[in-house]
Amino acid sequence: MIELKKVVKSFGGLTVLKGVDLTVSEKEVVVLIGASGSGKSTLLRCINFLEILDQGEVQINGEQINPAKTDLNKIREEVGMVFQHFNLFPHNTVLENIIEAPVYVKKMKSDEAKEYANILLEKVGLRDKADNYPDSLSGGQKQRVAIARALAMEPKIMLFDEPTSALDPELVGEVLQVMKQLANDGMTMVVVTHEMGFAREVADRVAFMHDGQILEQEHPKNFFDNPQNDRTKQFLSRIL
Amino acid sequence: MLEIFQSNYNALFEALLITIKVTISSLLLGSIIGLVFAFFSISHIKLLNYIAQGYLILVRGTPMIVQICILYFGISSIVTLPQFWAGVIALAVHNGAYISEIFRGSIQSIDKGQMEAARSLGMNYKLALRRIILPQAFKRAIPALGNQFILLLKESALVAYIGMTDLWGATMSIAGSNFRPLETYIVTGLFYLVLVGLFTFIFSKLEKRYDPEKSVKRSIKNSKGITVER
Ligand SMILES: Nc1ncnc2c1ncn2[C@@H]1O[C@H](COP(=O)(O)OP(=O)(O)OP(=O)(O)O)[C@@H](O)[C@H]1O
Ligand SMILES: [Mg+2]
Repeated sequence: MIELKKVVKSFGGLTVLKGVDLTVSEKEVVVLIGASGSGKSTLLRCINFLEILDQGEVQINGEQINPAKTDLNKIREEVGMVFQHFNLFPHNTVLENIIEAPVYVKKMKSDEAKEYANILLEKVGLRDKADNYPDSLSGGQKQRVAIARALAMEPKIMLFDEPTSALDPELVGEVLQVMKQLANDGMTMVVVTHEMGFAREVADRVAFMHDGQILEQEHPKNFFDNPQNDRTKQFLSRIL
Repeated sequence: MLEIFQSNYNALFEALLITIKVTISSLLLGSIIGLVFAFFSISHIKLLNYIAQGYLILVRGTPMIVQICILYFGISSIVTLPQFWAGVIALAVHNGAYISEIFRGSIQSIDKGQMEAARSLGMNYKLALRRIILPQAFKRAIPALGNQFILLLKESALVAYIGMTDLWGATMSIAGSNFRPLETYIVTGLFYLVLVGLFTFIFSKLEKRYDPEKSVKRSIKNSKGITVER
């Protein structure tokens, strides 16, 4: 479903990704962990081309993507993304946030889009918030709306960049619950998170990033109970 | 003073009408110019950036009265340009530069995450700009725009110097014939004061209307009594 080969990305003189290989199969949930600055966000953003890689290959659905030639907007329709700071559109209601892209990108009829939006809101438990503005929601509610908004484009892949890091602790659970449900429904997901409980329970694979490279990737049980790489051990001993 | 007001009632109100017409016309034209040049200055095309910068340098670097005179006497030596349009164009060109800076600033003040979220949903750059960035930027620009519009209203007095009988033009001729300049000027000052007051009022209404706080209240009302956390 996603195949990254030797991905290199620099900002100015700073090389942030130093040849990353990562394969994610259909319906697989991969959790990406690593210290701040190790390149997790950058890697995620290379998958939907919010950042354009300098070298290497990105394949999505078996199709190799050349950023200069492909219509990246089409790729992004298939790869949803959820951000740490939600990035909801504050001038739109919850419902308007969700139908915006289906109506203006997919040219879906407004009624149809609303109907689907309500199904999604039901799914994330926020049916009654459809007409609210984002400002009036709690962080956990905002993030659930953001997930619904991404799902409205019916993506084949979902990327999550620290979706619970900006939340008060008591609101983390409700967002993880929605993500877990999504995983159970068979969504292909790449999740950057510090929630090790979620990684253990939901991930099919945990990948550890350090200094622009993936040093170790394993089934969560092996990963947490029997890490091989010294850096991984160090990292885990610090956070667990 | 009341006497001056009474004896020049008609002339003053006619002049007031001209001042309002000139102000509103140049306000509209200036906003269009401002928006276009704001797009130039945020464009990825270098040439357009330079054009926007050059425009700003010219407008900022010369007095308004010089700009008006150059436009009026310069253009009218090539084509016949009515005073009204010469005045409007000069005011619009001048204020357009400052309005473009206001728009540019408000567009750039919108959180980067908004554009990223829009792009991540498959929206192209133009669509994201139009549907996501600009509506927020406009709201944010309202206070500064209101300020600029009030400046414009007061600067419109300069069109008197290309022979228009706006409020200031009429005032100068009244003061020249009644030999009571000070009182005449005070009457005119009061006219401007009331006009500015009116503009300020309209803008504060607009500002309130687009205040994000208000949309919060609106959604609280819609939320069927469920408590709201911020
Ligand atoms: N647009 C950019 N321009 C310049 N440098 C950048 C840019 N984006 C990221 N970087 C740098 O790249 C490095 C990796 O950043 P990245 O955001 O991918 O790390 P991360 O693993 O997601 O960290 P965190 O846990 O703090 O989110 C950092 O040193 C960061 O400063
Ligand atoms: Mg990050």
